[in-house]
Amino acid sequence: MAVEHPVATPPGDQTRIHNIGYRTYDGPRLGRSYATRSLYSQSLRGAYGLGRSVKSKVLPMLLFVVMCVPAAIMVAVAVATKANDLPVDYTRYAIIMQAVISLYVASQAPQSVSRDLRFKTVPLYFSRPIETADYVRAKFAALASALFILTAAPLLVLYVGALLAKLDFADQTKGFAQGLVSVTLLSLLFAGIGLVIASVTPRRGFGIAAVIAVMTISYGAVSTLQAIADAQAIDGGGSSGAIPWIGLFSPVTLIDGVQSAFLGATSAFPGGVGPSNGEGAVYVLVVLGLIAASYGLLMRRYRKVGL
Amino acid sequence: MIATESLSKRFPRVTALDRLTMDIGPGVTGLVGANGAGKSTMIKILLGLSPATEGRAEVLGLDVATKGGAIRERVGYMPEHDCLPPDVSATEFVVHMARMSGLPPAAARERTADTLRHVGLYEERYRPIGGYSTGMKQRVKLAQALVHDPQLVFLDEPTNGLDPVGRDEMLGLIRRIYTDFGISVLVTSHLLGELERTCDHVVVIDGGKLLRSSSTTDFTQTTTTLAIEVTDTDDHPDGTRAVRDALHARGVDVLDSGGGLPGAGHILLLTAQSDDTYDLVRDVVADLGLGLVRMEQRRHHISEVFTDEKSEDTEAQRKEAVGHGS
Repeated sequence: MAVEHPVATPPGDQTRIHNIGYRTYDGPRLGRSYATRSLYSQSLRGAYGLGRSVKSKVLPMLLFVVMCVPAAIMVAVAVATKANDLPVDYTRYAIIMQAVISLYVASQAPQSVSRDLRFKTVPLYFSRPIETADYVRAKFAALASALFILTAAPLLVLYVGALLAKLDFADQTKGFAQGLVSVTLLSLLFAGIGLVIASVTPRRGFGIAAVIAVMTISYGAVSTLQAIADAQAIDGGGSSGAIPWIGLFSPVTLIDGVQSAFLGATSAFPGGVGPSNGEGAVYVLVVLGLIAASYGLLMRRYRKVGL
Repeated sequence: MIATESLSKRFPRVTALDRLTMDIGPGVTGLVGANGAGKSTMIKILLGLSPATEGRAEVLGLDVATKGGAIRERVGYMPEHDCLPPDVSATEFVVHMARMSGLPPAAARERTADTLRHVGLYEERYRPIGGYSTGMKQRVKLAQALVHDPQLVFLDEPTNGLDPVGRDEMLGLIRRIYTDFGISVLVTSHLLGELERTCDHVVVIDGGKLLRSSSTTDFTQTTTTLAIEVTDTDDHPDGTRAVRDALHARGVDVLDSGGGLPGAGHILLLTAQSDDTYDLVRDVVADLGLGLVRMEQRRHHISEVFTDEKSEDTEAQRKEAVGHGS
């Protein structure tokens, strides 16, 4: 187009870049609580790999599917055989799937906090309006919510399936509600333990290994000890009173204990002996105590990290 | 912009800041000090993240002890160390940081695109940060500090790890932050030379004490030293000597060649009185038909300020800074 232009123009004029210059921002600044919510939603999405690379979506999504498929199969069987009850209690489901849940915590707790520590992104957060407590709350709530989604989704599948199979509505709703309370506690407890362990190390690998170790070794040890105690009780005719107390030392058995004492679940403890109401109260206290303690430890940890 | 009043910070074993009183106005201010002089501690206190042991400080008229949150909403901070996750793109990262500063989602995206363009990141902003060069990472770090359009930014050693060209680009960018964007800057460095050229005002601290606070014109009343390197040609087998003689003929004193550096015999140092000196050098070199390999300002080191104050008989050590004392 410039060929027939009468005036000789320097080449720069033909391809002018319109530099609109720097524009200031006069819009709203939504402050601390909005920033905390943004961090929460970003962390929650991140826990399922959303907004991250394709590679990091694989594991959380796979575990989510693994959690839900057995529930779907059970529902299919229940509908097909016209059974008058689901093969598994709502409260029992998470206990059966505990390995999957532990694996999820082990993989996602470190990605949530260790990355920020490793790449030193934490100072960028704290140079903004949010405070230490906001960061800890957002991360804690995000992982707990992610776990709740993971554990509540199969329960929802079971519930919807049960209603489709025309099982007793009141009965199923009660069981579903008890299951939800149980997985809420489980989510908070697992999130707390996972985050505390992960926040100690900036190395993701160590974090994953440590969380798996704590979750599975404690569960393995507790189950073994309980089995031994049970066997001795049968052989020696003694009491199996030690079994509930041993259960206090692993996250999974803690939840099991709470729900068999108060949420009408049948215990997975050997011999089916759950804690009594008095012992159950101790279980509840320990669970709540652990959740509070993890929050406190996280606060202490991040007060030190700072800038 | 920033005012401190006998600000002190004592740790159990070290005194990081010792009764520091200063007043910093709008513009680009350099905070110079050796490693461990208290620069980072100062920024931490000014962001309201670490309480002062004694004294008080105000940023944008807000008390750091009580209004930390409000200050951090209006201030940007670029840390000295790496702070970028490698597996996300610059755009995603900066958008997230904009939201963390309180910008609504739509505004965060718009401001991110603008800011990344202003710091000089274009197509590469959609690629994961892990594949960026150091220079590009520094730009992303700068972008996250500017994305919420703060009134003031703290830049902690922004030229760290950059090559000379990268340094010059970063310094130019810092200058533009104030002149074009209207955002005041507090920039730290241990190199006085590079701050001299960029800042309106330089504050020198050492061991937590204020050593000197003055506008850069005070520093640069001693003029700049230029380093020149030229090629040799068939006509002028010793190009360096030819330029030296030609400059001498025009009344410019060539001071020395650059000390004990490699290739020192080929580097000429001369005092730049004004911008005309640059033109003169260019003309002289062109007339002789030589190639100009480099013409750059010699960087002064912070130690010169200290030696300046302490003793005058360190002339020999200060060969590098010949222009400084003349």
